Amino acid sequence: MSAGQIAVSGRRPDVAAAVVGWARRNTWTVGLFGLLIVFIVVTKILQPNYGAPGVQGLAISILPIAFAAVAQTIVVIGGGIDLSVGPVMALASVTSAVLMKDQSDLFGVGVVIGVLLLGLLVGAINGGLVVVTKVPDIVVTLATSFVWAGTALLILNTPGGGASPWIMAIITGPLGNPWIPKALVVLAILVAVVWVPLRRSRFGLALYAVGSHPLAAFRSGIAVGPTKIVAYALAGFFAALGGLSLTATGGVGAPVPGSYTLQSVAAIVLGGVSLAGGRGGVLGPIIAVIVLALVRTDLFFAGVDPNWSTAIQGAILIGVVMFGSLVAMRKVRA
Amino acid sequence: MDQTDATPELLLDATDVAKAYGAVLALRSASLAVRPGEVHALMGANGAGKSTLVKILTGGVRPDHGTILVKGKPFAPRSPTDARRGGIVSVYQEPSLIPDLDVRSNLRLTRTSPESVRHWLAELGLPDLDLTSVVRDLPLAALRIIDLARALAMEPAILMLDEMTAALPANLTERVLEVIGRVKGSAQSVIFISHRMIEIGAVCDRATVLREGSTVGVVEVTERSEDRIVALMLGDIVRRGTVVRSEASAVAARAADATPRLSARNLTVGRELSDVSFDLYPGEVLGVVALEGQGQDELFDVLSGSERPTGGELVVDGQPRSFRHPADAIRAGLVYVPADRAEALLMQRSVRENIALPFTTRFGAWGPIDLRGERKKVEGAISTLQIDTRAAGEVRRLSGGNQQKVTIARWVAGGVRTMLCFDPTRGIDIGTKQQIYQLLRDLAAAGAAVLLYTSELKEVQLACDRAIVIFGGRIVAEIAVADADEATLLRAAYDLRPEELMPEELASAAVAAETADASMVGQP
Repeated sequence: MSAGQIAVSGRRPDVAAAVVGWARRNTWTVGLFGLLIVFIVVTKILQPNYGAPGVQGLAISILPIAFAAVAQTIVVIGGGIDLSVGPVMALASVTSAVLMKDQSDLFGVGVVIGVLLLGLLVGAINGGLVVVTKVPDIVVTLATSFVWAGTALLILNTPGGGASPWIMAIITGPLGNPWIPKALVVLAILVAVVWVPLRRSRFGLALYAVGSHPLAAFRSGIAVGPTKIVAYALAGFFAALGGLSLTATGGVGAPVPGSYTLQSVAAIVLGGVSLAGGRGGVLGPIIAVIVLALVRTDLFFAGVDPNWSTAIQGAILIGVVMFGSLVAMRKVRA
Repeated sequence: MDQTDATPELLLDATDVAKAYGAVLALRSASLAVRPGEVHALMGANGAGKSTLVKILTGGVRPDHGTILVKGKPFAPRSPTDARRGGIVSVYQEPSLIPDLDVRSNLRLTRTSPESVRHWLAELGLPDLDLTSVVRDLPLAALRIIDLARALAMEPAILMLDEMTAALPANLTERVLEVIGRVKGSAQSVIFISHRMIEIGAVCDRATVLREGSTVGVVEVTERSEDRIVALMLGDIVRRGTVVRSEASAVAARAADATPRLSARNLTVGRELSDVSFDLYPGEVLGVVALEGQGQDELFDVLSGSERPTGGELVVDGQPRSFRHPADAIRAGLVYVPADRAEALLMQRSVRENIALPFTTRFGAWGPIDLRGERKKVEGAISTLQIDTRAAGEVRRLSGGNQQKVTIARWVAGGVRTMLCFDPTRGIDIGTKQQIYQLLRDLAAAGAAVLLYTSELKEVQLACDRAIVIFGGRIVAEIAVADADEATLLRAAYDLRPEELMPEELASAAVAAETADASMVGQP
């Protein structure tokens, strides 16, 4: 570029251009969507009678991990990481199951609200420790993950308790059309109601700013510490939602959930969220969760040993992310 | 001179500001008085305390003592937002825009009106900038202009520009200076920091000069004030005159047909370094002198194999070379001693491991380490450099000076042919400095070639045979050690018109005036 010349472009106000612009800025999400379609086609080929019931089952099975991925996304966009997502889910799951067992529906609603507040509190504690002690986030949340996991086991040391029937009904079955699973609708509504307004608020801007360049954010007048604490609290909130959906899908409290923490990290990386912070959104990780679940389904249909399928999932993760960074590097060079 | 009367009409009145970082006194007693409607330059050589004063005025650090008044009211900002509320907005050396957000979102963060920013962008020469572009995708020059436009749109009482023009192309610099000049006569003021004398002369009304953490003078900027400012920045060293001179034997001894150990031919690195050529001969210490950020970092990165040049070539011992990795440079005999010891040392490991690392980790040498041979070399290096080994178990427990000796020893142990030293005496005590100069001279006497970048001008006469001066990415002067007194070097570093020496009477006049200024400034 010659001295003094600066690339500029005029403003294009029309809607079509806006959509194109969105797609260009979110190439990763668009590409991931393409990958999702590929896997749907593969599923249909491997199992020609895969249909609405399969989609229902898939939607219910991904619900907890999708909430975990949203939780992780928020923290990572803000430049942190939360290794306690899984244990917070367990804590929320057992708390809700113990309190809800054999209680009225109204009491169940109270329990749900209480557990969500618990999630906010637990997340805020994570964030507060990170900000106040200045101990690296990975260490703080690793430590608290043991604390929350132990607390969950103290509350309930084997799967037990119960779930209010309404909470199970909310996510089971279709909504009108058999192809539209309630679980997916619940996910979409909750993310839309909580995340979208936040994303567009001043907090949303501050979150991306803090993750992108903390010094510039500080100089722009952002309260860096409080922004981080709110991010962790929101992660706690979404992890609690994940825990509630564990209870709802299983009908009992799960004191030792699966490897949700690491799966959430895998999903956000595949979903185009930069681990360095400041980049990405929640749509990509949610699609990534579905893609990873479909991979598992397809490998099952193909009759692959389940142990192999885990290894193959890992290989796909590395392959896709490497491919993505190579494409990004090309773009920068060009 | 009327600049020192502390009337409430001053927009900014800082007196006796001090700040220590641990044992290091960054600011001793700085003062800065800015009137409404003036462009005020803040000057000082490297390490004079400029950046600490800037940090204090923008809320980055808090002073240990001193009073700061803005518009007559006490001013003690705890964050940049605080400073802004108090009336000071700063444009920093590096843009403070969030890379992952678009320009409009960045403006929303600081609650700045986009219309007003657009107005200033037009004034500054970027009328068509698309505010929806993501900051990461914009060129650096555009970011600086956006930063400035945003600051102007906030309409601060005092606008502080810290090396704002450093990365701007000439035509944009002109627009920036023109816009800054409009402040004159208004209620606003600008504090202007720049290494470029020409810009100071073009736009500033007065200049405050810092030296060693204290304000040593306030100068009305006129055509003749350049020399005053340089003299003030130098202080009494101008008078001291004779410095211990290294025996410039190597240059004399250099045969006409000698092959240079290292030749740079038209080296270019992006915009930072252009067309740099020089020869480094065996047996000499070649000094490199430059103000901060003139391309010396890139030069050393290229020579040490950390970065590849975008143009030009390197010739080592008569052979053209290109380095893909520092290991290639090391194999060609070019070893690097960085200013930041933490970059070179394994802080948690022992002195011995650190010294042995470069010559035991070559691929071909993998396998069992010849411990006896290693010990011999390491002990040789330790005694050559007189490293204090009482805390040899962990390098981080050594003093800074001893750590720096270890970074040098690791190359000396393996036998050194060409050593690239980047400000090796930064932040270490005077005694160790002397030892390092002596060591560099000894290495040269033994036939090694040494390239020494230094931010302390007097080191050139203490350790070098000649010096090259870099300004704006180009070599602007080559000076033999006999002529390389500090005044000459500083003038060259600011790319001022060449003069053999500063006239003695001018120098002493400057010093006398400075003493008077200092005492006046010190008055409450």
